[in-house]
Amino acid sequence: MSENLRVVENATCTFCGCVCDDMILTVDDTQKRIVKAKNACVLGRAWFAEHTIEEAPAALMEGKPATIDAAVAEAARILVEARFPIAYGLSDTTCEAQRQAVAIMDMVRGNIDTTTSVCHGPSGIAFQGVGESTMTLGEVKNRADLVIYWGGNPAESHPRHFGRYAVTAKGMFTPNGKKDRTVVVIDVRRTPSVPAANIFVQLKPGKDFELLWALRVRVKGRPIHADIEEITGVPPATIEDLVQRMKGCRYGVLFFGMGLTMTRGRHFNSGALLALATDLNEFTHFVAKPVRGHGNVTGADNVMSWQTGYPFGVNFSRGYPRFNPGEFTTVDTLARGDADAAMIIASDPASNFPREATAHLRRIPVISLDPKATLTSGLARVAFRTATYGINTGGTVYRMDDVPITMRKAFDSPFPDDESILKAIREKVRELLLARTPHGARSAFELPLTA
Amino acid sequence: MSSTLCIVNGSVHDPANRIAGEPRTLFVRDGRIADAVAEPDRTIDARGMVVMPGGVDIHCHIAGPKVNLARKLQPEDHRRDPHPGTRFTRSGSGGIVPSTFATGYRYATLGYTTAMEAAVTPIGARHTLEELHDTPIIDKGFYVLLGNNIFLQQLLRDGRRSEFRQAVAWWINSTKAYTAKLVNPGGDEPWKGRRNSNVSDLDEKNDVFGISPRQIIDAFVEVANDAGFPHPPHIHCNNLGHSGNFRTTLETMKTAGDRRLHVAHIQFHSYAGEPGKNPGSAAREIADYVNAHPNITCDVGQVMFGKSTIMTADAPLAYMLRGIKKAKWINADTECESGCGILPFSYQEKVYVHALQWAIGLELFLMSADPWRIILSTDHPNGGSFQSYPKLIRLLMDRDFRKQEMQRVNRRAIARTTLPDLDREYSLNEIAIITRAGPARALGLRNKGHLGAGADADITIYDDHPDRERMFSAPRYVIKSGHMIIDNHEFCADFSGRMLHIAPEYDASIVDAVRPFFENYYSIEFDNYAVPDSYLHDHEVIPLRPATG
Repeated sequence: MSENLRVVENATCTFCGCVCDDMILTVDDTQKRIVKAKNACVLGRAWFAEHTIEEAPAALMEGKPATIDAAVAEAARILVEARFPIAYGLSDTTCEAQRQAVAIMDMVRGNIDTTTSVCHGPSGIAFQGVGESTMTLGEVKNRADLVIYWGGNPAESHPRHFGRYAVTAKGMFTPNGKKDRTVVVIDVRRTPSVPAANIFVQLKPGKDFELLWALRVRVKGRPIHADIEEITGVPPATIEDLVQRMKGCRYGVLFFGMGLTMTRGRHFNSGALLALATDLNEFTHFVAKPVRGHGNVTGADNVMSWQTGYPFGVNFSRGYPRFNPGEFTTVDTLARGDADAAMIIASDPASNFPREATAHLRRIPVISLDPKATLTSGLARVAFRTATYGINTGGTVYRMDDVPITMRKAFDSPFPDDESILKAIREKVRELLLARTPHGARSAFELPLTA
Repeated sequence: MSSTLCIVNGSVHDPANRIAGEPRTLFVRDGRIADAVAEPDRTIDARGMVVMPGGVDIHCHIAGPKVNLARKLQPEDHRRDPHPGTRFTRSGSGGIVPSTFATGYRYATLGYTTAMEAAVTPIGARHTLEELHDTPIIDKGFYVLLGNNIFLQQLLRDGRRSEFRQAVAWWINSTKAYTAKLVNPGGDEPWKGRRNSNVSDLDEKNDVFGISPRQIIDAFVEVANDAGFPHPPHIHCNNLGHSGNFRTTLETMKTAGDRRLHVAHIQFHSYAGEPGKNPGSAAREIADYVNAHPNITCDVGQVMFGKSTIMTADAPLAYMLRGIKKAKWINADTECESGCGILPFSYQEKVYVHALQWAIGLELFLMSADPWRIILSTDHPNGGSFQSYPKLIRLLMDRDFRKQEMQRVNRRAIARTTLPDLDREYSLNEIAIITRAGPARALGLRNKGHLGAGADADITIYDDHPDRERMFSAPRYVIKSGHMIIDNHEFCADFSGRMLHIAPEYDASIVDAVRPFFENYYSIEFDNYAVPDSYLHDHEVIPLRPATG
């Protein structure tokens, strides 16, 4: 360890949607790395410890080192010449970069989508259908006396969720932390989160909707069929106990994870859960919240919504935003073969998308922006290596409860950040579009369909 | 590069400078109105046209956390009203809660060049500033929600008035706000902590903090007046929407005494009758009080028939309205700061209460003795969209049109108002007051709402069409800060607009008092809370007034 150490306080960890902003980072400026991350959980410690500056070119074209200017020009050319360019990713970068990405796709009349479409997209759709009674996480810390986790395993996915916000956290009306609340875990298997709970309810896989609906029925005081145990695996007495606790608490919370959104039923499951929380407000104060994964996926939802009106899966091909999950979501635009160019920002779909989608990604020109080499950057025609958000950049991220936080840079990266690259691409795209404006046309976007 | 401009032959309405429809020549240089420009780059012949300062919206909901939730909630509304981009402007979605870009452009399309977002949680200030940065053309600011702030209530409970004053100033500085907003003061704690109940009496003491709504109101009125905020506390009174609530509204205004207070969307607070029963009109009682008290300003919050979206920090109210149709609804609690309720809504001509609300709003406008203090608003999007302002202007200016519209609505409701007897028609000059000069004065914006030398060159030029709805829907020219934005009905440029905020001084030691509260009860770090200057795009600090004692 060198002597050249520096401490950055109140830094933000963007590994998961908890977005803990109480990191105390010890930075070694000589070795360009973080040697200690006080307050971080096991995931956060790894996030900070494993981040080093690798020796690599800032831009590659066709796998060969290129100048950033040349790569920006090529990226802009690809986007402007494409008939159906798509942009995807965005959940692990700053809101400032996200704003630039939406602007570019607006200009080239492309399609833009975020990782929401493969995680809590169904919750977004359910939200549009039934609304949501919700809260910032500090309310849970201060007030919640009943906390229910459904289809999620925060002990492993969001390790500080319990201590910082929801289980052992001590607040204004919960001065004794866990002693002042009842914690329930509902899941299909006994996860490492279960030991934190007072009550564990195990239900049969794929029966979330049925159990949620039975709870709604009982909350409304109507009878349920005796075969509910056979269907869901949960005895009527357990259902009754849950209902009494939910109606009797003073401030109840339902947290839910991808065990609910990415299993059979999808947005019906999320919708049933949100409706249950809404119903309970007839009796007491009750809220619900999806436990979001990526560090700034919530920011991506917000930026997309304020700029276009829709949270993900947006298409600009008619010169204005349209929303249609299933049509304009990325797995679909790729698997159907619609997309003829792709810009992937801070995500690695080549490693986790279905086979048809990744196969098409190999056929079309791809632009990638990522701090690390990935399968996606490996197949990209233009690959930018960018600074890691939150470690080598400032900027804004939104926690899973929509609370915006400004990040503090720990140390400089030799690579530019996503926002600068996207800004440069945007400028280049503007130039190209203006040059292509037919004489006398009032709009650069009224282009003939064939380039 | 700013160009110079000259506007000739127009009929100028500039009530602040006592010009009522007279031909005047206007000069623009460096983004401001000038006395003269020798060789202007461009001269606009405004013959047959009406020239006014750009419109100023004193109360609307256009940016920030709750607005974005309402946007996300209603894809079905956006898809009916797409907003295509042009060579100069971004695309977006319209509807009752437009996307940020569409919001800015559509305000400009009505000739409005300034709008104030009326309710932002302090913790949501960053988000609001990001959205306002993406809201083009208009100048903008926001009011920060402090009326249910737990730390401030604790200071009041403990009688720490001087620290309260410092903390209010600290909060306004930390969020870049324009003034303090109070919404249903004292109502959050019973909502969040007492099984969705509410406070109904101004003197009812909260059993957690031991203070009453009246104490909260009085404290904020005192701070804002003593410190000389350019705009006084902006209050959404208790009991919004309830029958008989005009008594609460009168008591609220009386609490201010002769000190300045702005009462928001006062139409929603002007109902006679008994709680739980059908309301009647108390427009006369409210208008009489406002007319007689020059310290009070208000905006009407007119209801317009058609689609609306209820979005409010008054969560119990939104829940009550949700009970009508039991359709989709949002509740969003913000730790230590605020509640929030959102639901899609529509006002229907045949529904007694809706027709009554519509009529009461018009009564208030028509009974106003001083147009400078009763300002045009629909509490967008609560009473209706800002895009319905042209129709509202026609209702005020055209008696025959008003009578015709009255025939289409619930007769029983109209019969319980004096609307059929009110023959007043607003003049163009009075419209210029309630949409420009009045709100600018109420906000303490000395460079807005008028066309005297030195004013911001925010200018709207309308064709003088006898159909006032048509006239105010589509100005021929809109100039923002000296830049031509709409030229012969077409957008010819984009412009980012400016953030308007205040910066009252505070004693730095207050930070030591706030910090421990944060560490115990907030879920983000105190040092990450105050919004850095980097979130302000082009901005202007509006100076405080001399203290009024």
